[in-house]
Amino acid sequence: MKEFFRRRKLKNFYKLDENEIEQFKDIAREIRCSILTMVKEAGVGHIGGSLSITDILVSLYFKVLKINPKKPGWPDRDRLVMSKGHGAAAIYSALAEKGFFPKEELKTFGLINSNLQVHPDKNRVPGIEASTGALGQGLSIGLGMALAARLDRKDYYTFVILGDGETQEGQVWEAAMFASHYRIDNLTAILDYNNVQLMGNVSEIMEIAPVAEKWSSFGWEVLEIDGHNFDQIIESLYKAKEVKGKPTIIIANTTKGKGVSFMQNNCKWHGSVPTQEEYIKAMAEVKK
Amino acid sequence: MIAMREAFGKSLVELGRKNKDVVVLDADLASSTKTTYFAEEFPDRFFQCGIAEQNMMGVAAGLASCGKIPFVTSFAVFVTKRPADQIAVSVAYPGLNVKIIGAYTGLFNGRTGATHMAVEDIAIMRAIPGIVVIDPADTVEIGKAVQVIAKYDGPVYMRETRDEWPDVFDCDYEFEIGKAITLKDGDDAAIISCGVMTSESLAAAEKLKEEGINVRVVNMSTIKPIDREAIIKNALETGAIVTCENHNIYGGLGSAVAEVLVEEAPVPAQRIGIRDVLNECGTNRELMEKFGMSATHIMEAVKKVIKKKK
Repeated sequence: MKEFFRRRKLKNFYKLDENEIEQFKDIAREIRCSILTMVKEAGVGHIGGSLSITDILVSLYFKVLKINPKKPGWPDRDRLVMSKGHGAAAIYSALAEKGFFPKEELKTFGLINSNLQVHPDKNRVPGIEASTGALGQGLSIGLGMALAARLDRKDYYTFVILGDGETQEGQVWEAAMFASHYRIDNLTAILDYNNVQLMGNVSEIMEIAPVAEKWSSFGWEVLEIDGHNFDQIIESLYKAKEVKGKPTIIIANTTKGKGVSFMQNNCKWHGSVPTQEEYIKAMAEVKK
Repeated sequence: MIAMREAFGKSLVELGRKNKDVVVLDADLASSTKTTYFAEEFPDRFFQCGIAEQNMMGVAAGLASCGKIPFVTSFAVFVTKRPADQIAVSVAYPGLNVKIIGAYTGLFNGRTGATHMAVEDIAIMRAIPGIVVIDPADTVEIGKAVQVIAKYDGPVYMRETRDEWPDVFDCDYEFEIGKAITLKDGDDAAIISCGVMTSESLAAAEKLKEEGINVRVVNMSTIKPIDREAIIKNALETGAIVTCENHNIYGGLGSAVAEVLVEEAPVPAQRIGIRDVLNECGTNRELMEKFGMSATHIMEAVKKVIKKKK
């Protein structure tokens, strides 16, 4: 219980300036539109879990990550591992917005011969750091990157985005143990806690709560935030980087299908494709 | 004579001295796989991962994506089957430079029984796209192979057999990935063998010679990519093939050779190997006899295949 009370709850004390927030909101709107269009056009993809991580990705790519879209292979860049590979539509849109590849290419998502596979392939897309899709594997990969930085005495930082249902995989907890054992403090995990997975609510499919207590008892620093509040997201990312001697996880409370009323908190939208009518309605909502 | 695992462990240290990017990961079996030598000399480049092979494989993938050359070591049975999906998705799909070392191979695992016997590791690794699969024959070959696979850029699965076995190569042998070597000439049939079955095959060939049968022995330590040319050449020149492997007859060397034979040069063939059973405790020699893999069994297979020649 001591650990439980020690973890920090973040309030809105990190304030971005208004212009910056507006700018981030604009980018997030663009990305949400791209996600809907990509999945609609391809007839395949994962809208719900892409919309829930959009604001986190904007914060990472447009504020926190030390990256250069013109030099995707720069050895000293920060790494972002999208462990929940089905968030591909979101990360592709973010990478295209950031300039890693032309936005035009988003139209090829999920099509034959496309670089934009429905789950990301690191060898096909600049900016994708790990090939993921089989759940539970990204945290371990991120830990390998963090260890490599330590061996090479480099100061790049690794972030790993985990799905909540994904943490039902045993490998995640093997990795959680490893991270604190090796006192990995150059990696932060971000949990997309939208509480919805393919077949229903996470708490009904296989309860993962109490999440904070679990990670804390595995030796992690735990931060809890509203995953759609830019001030909180960005503050937590910077705070996590300051934590020394142990790994940090940011539990981002998010909404699956964020921004589209009829998709929110509905497991149907984990992997469904909108009809033309639904698409028009959804686009109108995310553009607001 | 030294044990295969000793040769592996010593060669790994030599590699570590030459290349500072080489790192070793272990799942609590270093004293058995002999990565302890590396750990003693390079403690900062040795990562004890605990009994958690899936995470170990993922960590190796991350290290490799940042330029390291990870050697991931455990028993063959644990390092291939537990993290099979991690090997396929985290390592092989992106083509990362991870070297997977599976110790205690096939029947020969220090009397630890069926749960510790890797009889399907080659088949599983061979079926994953993009992985090189090697089963070295002796201490010379495993020692050389450690150096060679470190220079090859891509995922490799290599077997590391536990005990002492007769050497078949001289010290000046140069191991090459994908290249079979003829160890003994003969035209009546060809034994194509990998791993420690090569020395047993040579013993069988010597005894057959006394009976007037001249059989060729080819060491095919790389099971993938398989040396197609060598298989075709040996099939055409001898007209009969016997494969020998310390692995299930399904999916291993015997299958790989048979695949090439049916496509390119159909000749009679026989397979020596574990005949689709899980085994039991016993000494190496006892197990070889009981499970039909001794020189005597190889001799019988050769005679049988010669009879089928046209």
